[in-house]
This record gives sequence, C-alpha cells and structure tokens, in this order.
Amino acid sequence: MIILSYIAMRGISALSLRFLIDTPHPVGEGGGIGNAIVGSALLLLLSCVVGLPLGISTGVFLSEFGGGHFASVVRFLVDTLTGIPSIVTGVFVYAIVVLRMSHFSAFAGGIALALIMIPIVARTTEEMIKLVPHSLREGALALGAPQWRVTMGVVIPAAASGIATGAMLAIARVSGETAPLLFTSFGSRFFPRNLNEPIASLTVQIYNYAISPYDEWHAQAWAATLVLMTLILSINLVVRFLTRKKF
Amino acid sequence: MTKASDKLKFVGHWRRLLSPTGNAGDAVFRALMFGAALLVLLIVGVMILALASHSALSIREFSFGFLTGREWNPVKGQFAALAFIYGTVASSLIALLISVPLSLGIAIFLVEQAPPFLSRPITFLVELLAAIPSVVYGLWGIFVLAPFLRVHVEPPLARWFGWAPLFQGTITGIGLLTGGVILAIMVTPIISAVVRDVLSAVPNTQREAALALGATKWETTLVVLGNGAPGIAGAVILGLGRALGETMAVTMVIGNRPEISASLFKPSYTLASVIANEFTEATADIYLSSLVELGLILFLVTFVVNAIARLLVWRVTRQTAGVGMAA
Repeated sequence: MIILSYIAMRGISALSLRFLIDTPHPVGEGGGIGNAIVGSALLLLLSCVVGLPLGISTGVFLSEFGGGHFASVVRFLVDTLTGIPSIVTGVFVYAIVVLRMSHFSAFAGGIALALIMIPIVARTTEEMIKLVPHSLREGALALGAPQWRVTMGVVIPAAASGIATGAMLAIARVSGETAPLLFTSFGSRFFPRNLNEPIASLTVQIYNYAISPYDEWHAQAWAATLVLMTLILSINLVVRFLTRKKF
Repeated sequence: MTKASDKLKFVGHWRRLLSPTGNAGDAVFRALMFGAALLVLLIVGVMILALASHSALSIREFSFGFLTGREWNPVKGQFAALAFIYGTVASSLIALLISVPLSLGIAIFLVEQAPPFLSRPITFLVELLAAIPSVVYGLWGIFVLAPFLRVHVEPPLARWFGWAPLFQGTITGIGLLTGGVILAIMVTPIISAVVRDVLSAVPNTQREAALALGATKWETTLVVLGNGAPGIAGAVILGLGRALGETMAVTMVIGNRPEISASLFKPSYTLASVIANEFTEATADIYLSSLVELGLILFLVTFVVNAIARLLVWRVTRQTAGVGMAA
C-alpha cells in the first residue's frame, strides 16, 4: 500500500496529456511515453494472438483428456514452466528468433511474452473447466453429442468467464514483464511503423529511465510507472469483480 | 471421486476413438488439443537444446572451470560464473530468511485466526503485492528502499554487529542486503499464498481432534503446521525458485559488480542481472556464449528447484480433493 501511494504521489506530478502522447526527447526537452504505450499495447496483442489459443487448448487438453501419463508430464512441465525466470525465456527467444532474423523486433518480444503467458493460461483454463459440473457433460453426451461438440458447445461456454479471468490475469502479469523484452523487442524512440523492427515498451522505458542519471528522466519513470500500475491494477480489479459475481 | 470418473471418461473416450463408429470430429478435436499440449512439451525441449547449443562454445572452452572460476573479464576474454552464482544464492537466502517467517505468519493468521472481514482485504492486498511488476519494485528500490537502508538500517547494523565480517565495509545502500530485502518483499506474496492453500487443505478433523484432546489454539496450529509441512517446504522452495530468477528489481539495486565478499553491504551480481545488463553489448562470440551458458545454468537450477517444490505441494494438496493450486 505504501509503495502504491508513493508511486501515485511521485507519478502524478510528471503526468500530463502531452506526456502520454509524445515520443521521448533528449534530456531537458520534456518528451513523453506515447510510443511506449502504443508499443506495449502491440506487444500484448501479439502475445495474446500467439499465447491464448495455445494456452487455452493446452488447458482443454489437460482437463478433458488429462488422465494419462502424457498429460501428467505436460501438467508437470507446464507448472515448472511457470517458474522459469523470464530472463531465460528472453535468452531463448533471442537465440531462436533474434539471431535468425539478425535484428530485434516486435515479433520476438511478442513471442517471448506469449511463452510466459501459455503456462498461466493453460493451468487456469484447466482449473476452470474442472469446475464445470459433470452432469452438464453427461447430459450433452446423453443427447448424442460427440465429445468435441460437448467440449466446444457446452463445457467451454460454461467455463468461459473463468477462462477469460485467467487470460486477463496472464495479460496483467505479462504487461509488467521487462527482462524478456530487453533483448527481444529492445526499445525504440519512435512510434512503431511495422512489427518487424525494434519497438518501445513501457517497462523497458521505465528501466532505462530509472538507471539514467537524470532527475527529469526519473520523474518520467515514475509517471510511466503510474500509467503501468493503473493498467495492471484495473485488470486485477475487473477480474476480482467478475469472479466475485460468479462464485 | 472426480478421479475415478475422470478415469472412466478417459477409458470410454479411447474406446470411442478406436471404434469404427467413432466420430471423426472427435478425432480431429483430440488431435488439435493434443497438438497444443505437445507443442508445450516441445517448447521446453527446444529451450534446453537451444540454450545448450548456443553455449557450446563456452562449455568447450572453459568446461568445469566455468563453474568454479571467479574471474569475469570480458576485455581479457575470461569468463567464469562463481561470482554470479554466489550473488544469486546469497541474495535469495537473505530473501528467504526475511520472507519465510513473515509469510508463515501471514498465512497462519489468514487461515487459522482472522475473521472474514479482516482476511478478505489482507488477502487482496497480498495479491496486489504479487501483481506489481518487477521493474516497479526496482524503481522503488533505487529511490526509496536503498536510501532508507543506507540511512536507517545499515549504520546501526554496522555499529552493533560490525565485529562480524557480514556487516563491514562502506555503506552505500546499494548491495547484497538491499537486493535481498527487495527480493523478500517480492516473494512474500507467493510463499504466503501457497502456504495459505496448503493450510486450508489440511482437513478440519485434524484441528477438531487436537482441540478435543485439550490442545490450546497454539498447539492446534502446530499440529496443522505439522500436517502441512511438506507443502510448506514446497512453498518455500517455490519462493526460492522465484528469487533465484528474479531479474529487474535485483539488477537495479544490487550494484552489479562481479565480486565475492563476505560483507552484505558490498555490491554483488546475480546470474539474471548479468544477462540483463551485458547481453546486448556482448560482441565477441565467446562472450555471448558465456552469457547463454549462465542462462542455461539458471534454467536448470530453477527447473530442478521448481520441480521439487511442485512435487512437495502436490503431495499435500492432492490428499484433499478439490483444492486447486491458485497459481
């Protein structure tokens, strides 16, 4: 709580509309984080496109076909994958994507974030689907529906709000990631023009400003932090609100 | 209960897939979902392979000396990991020393004692702490925690315990101790959340039995803790895994100098931070390869640590069906 209010105090003083839409300037000339906000949004979008389908499918697999040894192995790996440091994910993506394309890019950043997202989404999806009562499945099966229609048409809709909650939590988690972006999406001082080039992100910009020696950049780091925290906290609050209504 | 029906469903499913009357859509659907799960498996495999192949150069060059050497000098082309391993382990241990008692206290309070009107907001606050990004902790660490420790905590430590080598040296506020403290703040929500799950998975009959035998509230709590011991150990190890791999916050406050010194006030360096700091400036192949090898070490260590933790936590929470890990 102390940390949060401190962020709000330090952040508000440097916040202005201009700050939110401008690109970074050299020290002493103001500047803003507009490109970083756009960049972060694009990175999140990319990671969702890659990570959500894969994560949700894995979760469905674990809950619907999760009885065998193979599923136990997958479940175990997914769990341990959650604990892999994000910087290692960054190194991995650097090795297989950045080195191959020989330049930093938004794609690489998106893939790194997606890799972090997958295990979180998979596990919450599995837990949520498990909460769907068995009578529902049995009813659908008794009506002659094949397994896949039961899953797609009955089980997943029943668990949809839970799955969405998991996805939002994953997005909140990933939007605060810095380490895997340092050497995948790298950072940029301009608005992104295409996804195949380095792209700015809020977190990397906060980091760069925080370790710089300039007071003005420190103030901007606090303001950017306030923006980031507002995003993450509102996601968390929405999730909390949704789950309270449901259970 | 659910286990048995799951098994039945699984057997039935196989029969349907194999029988000629089986629905084609089922086969396709199953293949798709199976593919997704397989992909996750592949990712882990490719991860290990990619890290290993990219660090092959430095593994060949330095072999085991990489793990035991102290010298990290990119200019001279000398690379070794011991200083980073020391920094990583030391900062994580400090973090655990502080956060384990704290999170045990929080979890016991939440499960055993707190009335609902108190436990709800506290749970919420603890979860909120877990949602704060690492880089934000780092920012806060540089500008608030480090000055605070420099002025209010480290001087008294040096005055009273200055005879111990742990608390000698110049006081800068940036160093091993600050890194450990910030890690402690970061892993406390994780450990306490898992311990809370573990404690609430301990069956109520245990508490009732203890109370019925005339145990006091405190003794009952001890019984409950004993029941959940493997799970609590798992939670602590889970926290350890998190602390070992934490990057941004530590990088920003630990000082980033590859030295091994007994003093907690001295700057240090962790595996994760050296990767974060030097990866983009590594020009020589051997330099890059050494950094990837550091990543490989970090990957393997956290993988093993997490695996152990998961097994321990599963052992407890699985005994009582229906209690899912809220991770």
